[in-house]
This record gives sequence, C-alpha cells and structure tokens, in this order.
Amino acid sequence: MKSFTYERAKTPAEAAGSVAKASGAKFLAGGTNLLDLMKLEIETPTHLVDVQDIGLDTIEKTKDGGLRIGALVTNTALASDQRIRRDYGVLSRAIVAGASGQLRNKATTAGNLLQRTRCPYFYDTNMACNKRQPGSGCAAIQGYSRQLGVIGTSDSCIATYPGDMAIALRVLDATIATVKPDGATRTIAMADFHRLPGDTPQFDTVLERGELITHVDLPRPIGGQHVYRKVRDRASYAFALVSVAAVIQPDGKVRAAFGGMAPKPWRVEAGEAGLHEDPAAAMETIFSGARPTEDNAFKIPLAQRALASAVAQTRS
Amino acid sequence: MEFKAPAETNLFDTAKIVGKSTPRIDGPLKTTGTAPYAYERHDVVANQAYGYVLGSAIAKGRITSMDVSEALAAPGVITVVTSPDSDIPGISSMNNARLFGGSEIAHYHQAIACVVAETFEQARSAAALIRTKYDREQGRFDFPALAPGAPLAKGRGGKPDEASLGDFDGAFAASAVKLDATYTTPDESHAMMEPHATIAAWEGDQLTLWTSNQMIAWGKKSMGEALGIDPENIRLDSPYIGGGFGGKLFIRADVLVAALAAKAAKRPVKVALQRPLMANNTTHRHATIQRIRIGAQTDGKITAIAHENWSGNINGEDGENGTLQTPVLYAGANRKTANYIATLDLPEGNAMRAPGEAPGHMALEVAMDELAEKLGIDPIELRIRNEPTSVPSKPEKRFSDRNLVRCLREGSQRFGWSDRQAEPGKVRDGQWLVGMGVAAGYRAAPTMKSAARVRLDGSGKVIVETDMTDIGTGSYTIIAQTAAETMGVSLDRVVVTLGDSRFPASSGSGGQWGAASSTAGVYAACVNLRRAIGEKMGFNGDDAVFADGRIRTGNQVVDLADAGSLSADGEITFGEFKRGYDVGTYAAHFAEVAVNAYTGEARIRRMLAVCDAGRILNPLSARSQVIGAMVMAAGAALMEELAVDKRFGLFINHDLAGYEVPVHADITRQDVVFLDTLDPIISPMKAKGVGELGICGPGAAIANAIYNATGVRVRDYPITLDKYFEKLPTIA
Amino acid sequence: MNGKGELAVSRRGVIVGGTSAVALASLPASGQERAQAQPSASMPPAAMPVAFEVNGAPVELTLDTRTTLLDALREHLKLTGTKKGCDHGQCGACTVIVNGQRINSCLSLAVQHQGDTVKTIEGLGTPANLHPMQAAFIKHDGYQCGYCTPGQICSAVAVLDEIKAGVPSHAQDDITAKPRVTSDELRERMSGNICRCGAYSNIAEAILETAGAKA
Repeated sequence: MKSFTYERAKTPAEAAGSVAKASGAKFLAGGTNLLDLMKLEIETPTHLVDVQDIGLDTIEKTKDGGLRIGALVTNTALASDQRIRRDYGVLSRAIVAGASGQLRNKATTAGNLLQRTRCPYFYDTNMACNKRQPGSGCAAIQGYSRQLGVIGTSDSCIATYPGDMAIALRVLDATIATVKPDGATRTIAMADFHRLPGDTPQFDTVLERGELITHVDLPRPIGGQHVYRKVRDRASYAFALVSVAAVIQPDGKVRAAFGGMAPKPWRVEAGEAGLHEDPAAAMETIFSGARPTEDNAFKIPLAQRALASAVAQTRS
Repeated sequence: MEFKAPAETNLFDTAKIVGKSTPRIDGPLKTTGTAPYAYERHDVVANQAYGYVLGSAIAKGRITSMDVSEALAAPGVITVVTSPDSDIPGISSMNNARLFGGSEIAHYHQAIACVVAETFEQARSAAALIRTKYDREQGRFDFPALAPGAPLAKGRGGKPDEASLGDFDGAFAASAVKLDATYTTPDESHAMMEPHATIAAWEGDQLTLWTSNQMIAWGKKSMGEALGIDPENIRLDSPYIGGGFGGKLFIRADVLVAALAAKAAKRPVKVALQRPLMANNTTHRHATIQRIRIGAQTDGKITAIAHENWSGNINGEDGENGTLQTPVLYAGANRKTANYIATLDLPEGNAMRAPGEAPGHMALEVAMDELAEKLGIDPIELRIRNEPTSVPSKPEKRFSDRNLVRCLREGSQRFGWSDRQAEPGKVRDGQWLVGMGVAAGYRAAPTMKSAARVRLDGSGKVIVETDMTDIGTGSYTIIAQTAAETMGVSLDRVVVTLGDSRFPASSGSGGQWGAASSTAGVYAACVNLRRAIGEKMGFNGDDAVFADGRIRTGNQVVDLADAGSLSADGEITFGEFKRGYDVGTYAAHFAEVAVNAYTGEARIRRMLAVCDAGRILNPLSARSQVIGAMVMAAGAALMEELAVDKRFGLFINHDLAGYEVPVHADITRQDVVFLDTLDPIISPMKAKGVGELGICGPGAAIANAIYNATGVRVRDYPITLDKYFEKLPTIA
Repeated sequence: MNGKGELAVSRRGVIVGGTSAVALASLPASGQERAQAQPSASMPPAAMPVAFEVNGAPVELTLDTRTTLLDALREHLKLTGTKKGCDHGQCGACTVIVNGQRINSCLSLAVQHQGDTVKTIEGLGTPANLHPMQAAFIKHDGYQCGYCTPGQICSAVAVLDEIKAGVPSHAQDDITAKPRVTSDELRERMSGNICRCGAYSNIAEAILETAGAKA
C-alpha cells in the first residue's frame, strides 16, 4: 500500500472539492473494496477524503412517493429499513444475498455501486489487465474466465460488475444523484451509471473526477412480487455466477435485471415484455450479441433457468 | 518402551479419563484469544522487525536482475534479502522445490525477496519497489495433456509403483458386468486459516524460530539442511498452530526467509505469508486422473479390479496416489494398481489431509456406486458382498481389526437408507431434487516412534513436555488425559507443554498417526516416571496403583506430592510384529443432497459418518476431527479447485474469495458414530486416529447422492453446477 | 521456446494464436512498471493521531495512516486475540465489534475510528471469567485449531444482537418478517466467518445454546 494522507470532510461539497484539488485523491466511505485493492496496489491513492462525517446517512420519503437513500446508508441499514423491505423487497433481498454481515455493516450504498470487478487477472498485478493498467492487454480473455462477462464486454476487457445491490436498483429504475466539485448536481439513471468497457475499461462508471454520489433515489413503489435469485457455487459469502433481480406483477409481467453477466447490471427493457409469455425468445433478445467464452457460456442458459426458478418461487 | 506384541488388558481398559468426552484443556485460551500463534508473540523477543515476502512474477525461467535500491531507500526499510544473492541450499530433503536462494524460478510466486522494515506497512510498500527482470521459459503447465505420456512413479525402493495379483486382464474380459470409468480431481489448497508465519531471532550462531509447524523434529532438521547449518543450533517452537492439514508438515519460505532476514537485519524479524501468495508459494494437493475398471459376477462378487492414477509434480516425484485404498478395501482375486507421475512446472504438490486416499475415494467409491447400479444391487449390499477376510492384495496379511460391515449396517439404519429410492431423480421437494449417497472409507493407521518427558513438580502436579503439536486435533487434551490416567491424578493436575524442539521428539502431527503415537509416547514416559517414583520411595512402580492423587502399594498409601520433584523421559517404539497386519481405520459415510432442478445448485442436507477406529481417546474432539474432515470433503466434492492458467503456469484464483471453501451455510446437520472397537495391534492405547479417515469417503457419498437426486453422473470434481445443470430434468 | 527479456504488450486482449508461446510473449513485465508509474513511492509515510476506546479503555495512538484497525490492535496495542487470516475481508478471522456492530477490522483504517468504541475478543471474557458464548464454544467444541475462533465468537455475539434488532438475512423466506434464532438463520449470518477445520455444526449448536433457543 502506497503512503497517503488522510482527511475527514464535513460536507459533501467540501469532500468533492478536496478530491478534485489533490491529484490522486479518492473518497473513502466503508473502504471494504478500496482498502482491499490498496493493499495490492491496484488502487494507489495519495490522499483519502473520508466522508463518514458528511451526513447522507438517512432514508427519506420523496414527494413523488419514492425514497431518497443517502449515499452513506450502510448496506445493513438499507436492507433493514421497513419501507425498503415492504415496498422494494428485491433491493433488501439483493443486499442480504451479498458479501457477509460484517462487510454489509461497513459497506455503503454509494461504495457498493463503485465496487470494482473481481476478475482474478485484475487482482493479480503480474497479469496483463487493461482495467488496472490501460494498454497492458487482457490476460482473462484466453484465460480462466468462468466468473467473467458474457455480454457488454469488449476485446479489451471481459470483467463483470460483481455486486448484487445494483442489480436490484437497476430493476427498480433507481437514479443516482451526485454533486460535482463546482457544486453542480446531476442525476444519472442506473442504466447509464456503469460503463461498458470498450477501449477504456479503466473507467467503470460515468462519474467524473471529484464527483460524489450523494443519494440514490427510488421511484414510487411498483408493487408486484420481488425476488432476488442468486446462483453461486457455495451457499453464501460468494460472488454470483448469475443473479436475477425480478419483479413479477399479478398479470404475469416481469421486469428482470441480471448480475454476473456483464460489466453492469444487465437489463434490456425491450426484451422484458415477452418474458412472461415466451421466456426463451425474450432471453434471446435480452442476451443477443453475447460473446461468452468457452468457460462461461453456461451463464446464458443458467440465467434463463435462474429466472424460471425465481418466477416459480413466487408461484409456490 | 517397545511395543512388540499385541496389547493385553491394561489400565486403559478400565479408564476413568481416557475415552471420556473432555472439553479441550486449551479451550479457555483459544476462545479468549490468549493462545499465542507464531506471528503474535510480542513477548518472546524484543525489537522485532517486519519482513514482507515478494513472490516471483513468472512461473519458469530465471531472474536476470533485481534492483532493490528504491526499496532500500524507502522509509523504515532496514534491509532486503534477495534470492539471487542468497547461496544457501534453500531446500530440505523433504521439499520438492527450492524455497529460496539462487536465480532460477521453478514456480509462480516462489519467494524471491524479503523486505525488512520497522513496520508492516513500510515493508509491504517497499516490496512493491523491487524491480525484477526475468528470462521467461516455456513451462510444462498442462497436466491433462502431459498425463498420458507420464512414467510410473517410483515406489518403495525406487521400483516402479505398480502392483498386480492374478490375471486382471483375463478376469476383467471374462466378467459378466464391467465398469470402466475415468475420474478427475483438481488441485486443491490447504487454505488453513493461519498463514505460514515465523519470528526468527539469532543469538550468536543459535537460531530460534517461533513458527507454525506440524512436525517440529523434521522442521529442525530441515532448517539445518536448508540453511546449511548444524540443526543442533536451531530451536523451533510451535505451541499453537492455526491449522495445517499437511500444509505445515514441512518448512516453507516464511521460516527460511525470516531466518535469513533476521541475520541480515541483525535483529529479530517476523514474517507471515500474505494470503494471495499462499496458493502458489506453498504446497497444494495435486490434481489426479484416475481410471477404474471393475469386473463382477452377476451376484456382485468382484473378480477383477484395476485402479490407475496419474498426477504431476514439480520434480516428477511425490505425487498424489489415488490408488492407496484400493489394495485393501474390496475383495477380488485379480487386481492391478499403477501410479504414474508427470513432471510439471506448477508449484510444489505435497501432502494434504489423507494424501492419495482423499481423492482416491472420490473415484473408487463412485465407481462402486456405478457398479452397484449396473448390477441392480444396493450399493451397501455390494460393498458387504465384497468384504475381504484378509488383505485382498496380500492375502497372507491379516487385518488388525476391521469392522467396515458393521459401519455400513449401523449407518444404513441410522441414516434411514431404506427410504432411498434406487432409481435416480425420483424424489422432489419443491424445486429441489433430493438424493442419498453412501461411500465406504479406509485410511491406514500408521504409528511413529514418539517420546515425551513427564515431571512431578513437588506439589503433585504432573507436567508433560513433548515436541508434539496440536494443529486443532486435540493433542493437548488427549495427552493430558493419558498422563492423568496413568499417573492417577485428575485432569486439572496435568500441565501439557507442546511444540518446543527442546522437548523430547514426538511423532508430530501428520498422516493420522499423531493421536495414537504421541499418547503412547506419553504413556511410556509415565510408566518410567512411575518406576522412578517407586525407586525413590522404595516400591515397585509397575505394581503400585496410582489413583486419586495417591499411590497405593501393598498396605501403604502415599500422596503423589510426597514423591517430590522427579522427571522421566520415555519413548514408544513399534516392533516388527505389526508388519503382519494391515492396521487401518474404516468408515461408512452417508450424505443427503438436494439439487435445484432449475440451476443445479447442490446443497447438502445432512451427513453421517460411522467410524471404526479403535478406542476413541476423546470422543468430543475426535468427533470434531471427523465433522471437520467431512466439511473439507464437501468442499472437495462441490467447490474447491485451484484453477490452472495453463499459459502462465499458476493457480489464478489464489485468495479466499477466488478459492471457495465451505462456509457455515453449506453445512447443515452432521452426525458421527464411533463403534466401540479396540485395536490391540496399534499401540498400548488400542486407539487409532480419525482425522484423515473423516475425509476418505464423504466426497464420494455426496457425488453419489447428487447422482441419486438427478440421474446425472459427473466424474470431474468439483461437481459444480455448470457441469450438469443443462441435463437436469425440466420442470413443468 | 524462451520468451526472453522485455515482453511486448498488446493493448487489446492477449491474442493467442493457438500456441501458448504467443500468449507468453504478450505478458506484461511485472513490478517495475507499476513502481515507475508511481512517483509517490518513497514519500515519507503520513502519520496521524487517533483516539478510540478498546474494551472500555481509552487508547491514543499515532499511526501510519495505512495502519488497519486490525494491525493497530495486533501490532500496536498487542491485542493479538483478533486474527489476521487473509487481510482482504475474505475470511472473517479479524471480526471485531465497533459501536455495537461487527466489522472486518482488516478492511478498516485505524484512523477511520476516531472516537469509536471497539470491542475485541479480549473484551468479551477472560479464561477465568468466560463470556457465555466463549463457554458454549468450549462445551460444544466449536473450534479446533482456534485461529478463526475469536472472530467466530465476536461474530456470534453480534449476530444475536442483529437478530434481536430485526436485521434481515438471506435465510428468510419473508423478508418483511422479524427474524428468529434458528439454525438456518445462524448458518447464513455466520457465513462470513470461515472455519477451515470445519467446526461449523458445533459452532451453530454453541450459538443456539447461548441464545437459549432450540435447534
């Protein structure tokens, strides 16, 4: 771990300003992913701006009937909130399907969105990785890729976004509110938040330098039955091979976003319409253009079965 | 004490302490965080500096240059020890690859430098400043491709490792029912929770190593060899070991570089291998390919059985021999085993819990399940029909005590085996397909000579000192029980001190020999102490009764405390007579597994082991050994695999997120039954170990349960869902 | 077949033309390139004061900012009951209770804990005065090598509080329901604490007994 200086910001604006000011500065929230990566020198910030004192740790009702989640609400607090459990069950379920109790106590809403890939070649600094070291190549493409992406990938990178919470946020049409160092705010749809790698896989999201996530906004509840179906090798404390966040309406209509498949939560609204009538055809639409490797081609049929399992679960 | 004839009736047959469930005497320390492990011994020596190990970035080739100037200039750095500048032997006779020293790179993450600094943070960051250039060479990384051309391994006396009896080929060809199947098991990681760690300190030419090692006497000798110094100048101390499973049988890079770094830094240095280094830097269980052919009559009697095994290792030796149980487990007049080994440039393979038998059962016991189905015979019944009366591969050799059939029958009853549907895929529970599986287990019960010192401190306290280790096995407690029983004191009057090479050399912990051997060694020392007490106090120690803290001889009763301070060493050695016997442990393993019909996720619902291992010294901790081994077997069956990158020659999933081992949620109900057997051939204790028996069979039972649940047979471990979910029956 | 010296690096994926030699030639060189890219390499470490409470006693330390809470406990305060198993949040051996909640102390900087209340295994009980959870672990043999044990026990104590507080888990069929102390709940909630010795079922029994619940 490289040496760094440390400060605690008092307000969101101050935090954004501090990070923008110092080259090599980063925000520090829960730290559960950042510190992991710093120990391996995959992340090498020279200055950390700790945001634990800036507030943003509550969940409030919005005037259009939704909820505004502070960026620093912990995973545990978010999953435990009675309103979330009642009206946005898929979100609560996705969170508790991820990581461990210890990690969820520390991890924050914003930090979880910024979780970086678990690609083993990203994690081994002796290996070529365009995400870690742009231009170095991608050792994963011809390598051990069982866990890696099948769609949305590029010739530069086949990493996945590894989290669970974001898959649920995507199916709920959440939006992300940010503040920039100049004080300007903007709203980013979940669909647009994570980037596809293209030729620049080093950028996971559309956030600009010094731009701080302040909130995640949930639109008014959409009803339906909420399921998060996570498929993994061991029963807990493991990243998904495939996961599905689904909301199923009484008329059978299904919304579904998939995790473990792509560099971002994967949801194709155009394909969703057919999910309740002809799931096979709908899944073909949703995953059209997929480019799996020999190791991970199984994920596409598995995703379909995971969704079928989730739907069946709601019927039983 | 030489154990030269079968044990007769002795004090352990009327024991009050040995054989009773006893909470571990080290429990209060372990549960309060006060048991000291290697890296955390701040109190043993002052002025400890921090070492951090750098691993090679390539798998094969040589270092052409190493620039440590920037690292040396980094804040807090005291010194840097590099492999090219170290001309020590760097390897012991027990390692398969050099641990440190020289410029040759034999495997990925081989230790190439150790940075010593005032703090851990400084040492770690300076290690990243070392600039290393390499000449890379192409390596042999593709075991499945190399296996077909691999030669026979060297067996006993350097002879090719193959054996046969009768005419396998003829009998197999003539058999009514034939099975010919090939199974694969992957490379596996010990993944013990405590990383390899050492504090090293020199005082003149005397080296003290507070380390984490299962075999203290081996470690001392090996460190002498690796450093090129007299082992008598070396002391090892490992009172607490945070798991080993074979991964700490031999010295590793941590202890070697700590010694070198402490010398260079001129002060004590502590080193722990960082977790992401462990999979490639240390040893692993080798992958295997196993072909099994069994021919049987229609009544299930096996007429021909062949087990061929392929594995690979860095020096073309010391592979993973999956055939080990096959010469012993089932009858059959015509037999063949062969063990081949390829030479690879992957990291060093070496012993992991039940080396050979653990993956061997994962093949043989699935083959038996497949054969049972072909024959239309219940898999338990098939095993019973092939129960031998003497060692099948050496009919002149007797079993010391074998109760496998009892294990199977008792297990069948307790597990509710009669509820099993023989036809696979027939039991459903919502989205889940449910099946049951069984497997037999055999693990040899070797013994090793073992010594101890037992002292009286003058207050009636009994102090046991031996270099025996407790790697979680419960050695502290069974040794205390043995000493308490033999010296006639209550358990709280016994103090046990382990793991210090200054104490008499024990069997150490490995190969399931520790419990049987080390307690027998303590018994031998206690017998000597009783004699010494008798000599001092004027009676025959062998005839006196030691009980309740008193000694009764004739009409005389004296307090043990009256004997004052006394000490006696003793050692158990094992005589030739044992060679006429196969001394083994046996088990019947059962598993019930549910498989999600959509996704193929396999979740264990319950497991049972019925074990035959002679006297169980401490049923509480022996049960824990067995359930722990069942958990590791579950990992091997369902998830554990070091993934080989065949291009770059490394295990790429080299941390505990990438290499998945079972977690709490994977393990539900586990039951263990010990048969009340005694084995007079093993030792005066009539007790055999169970720590490796527990991993011989459960993996196959799980595999067989998955087949019974689904009707899909997966012969390549681990049985992950991607290998079969698309073959699962569709759900309406 | 030697792929010698400096290795060419392709910007795109490692393109393998059917032989592994080609792949070898596209490997990046290690170590040195990263080091060169980091001008801050030999910058003197930043040190900062931090004060928090450990097991009821206030502590004040001046630490390298890089020091984790785990290393502050183990190396600076010599509270070595908290274990380092992986240092990457993958095993749970480092679990401590901060402000009433369990966390992985390896993934937390000490300086993040200014003013916090930290409880470690040493604060739960001593050999002479065991916490009920520690006593239950001994009774049920909920450990073997003992290395993961302090983390398991800290986690277990916190898990019972989490269930009491109504924190939901993956084991619940109904996410809106109040969780109960059951084997399935405990197993799911304890899954962040790996025990390679495999004492899981004994640990579950120890926790159940401490909670006063039936399996």
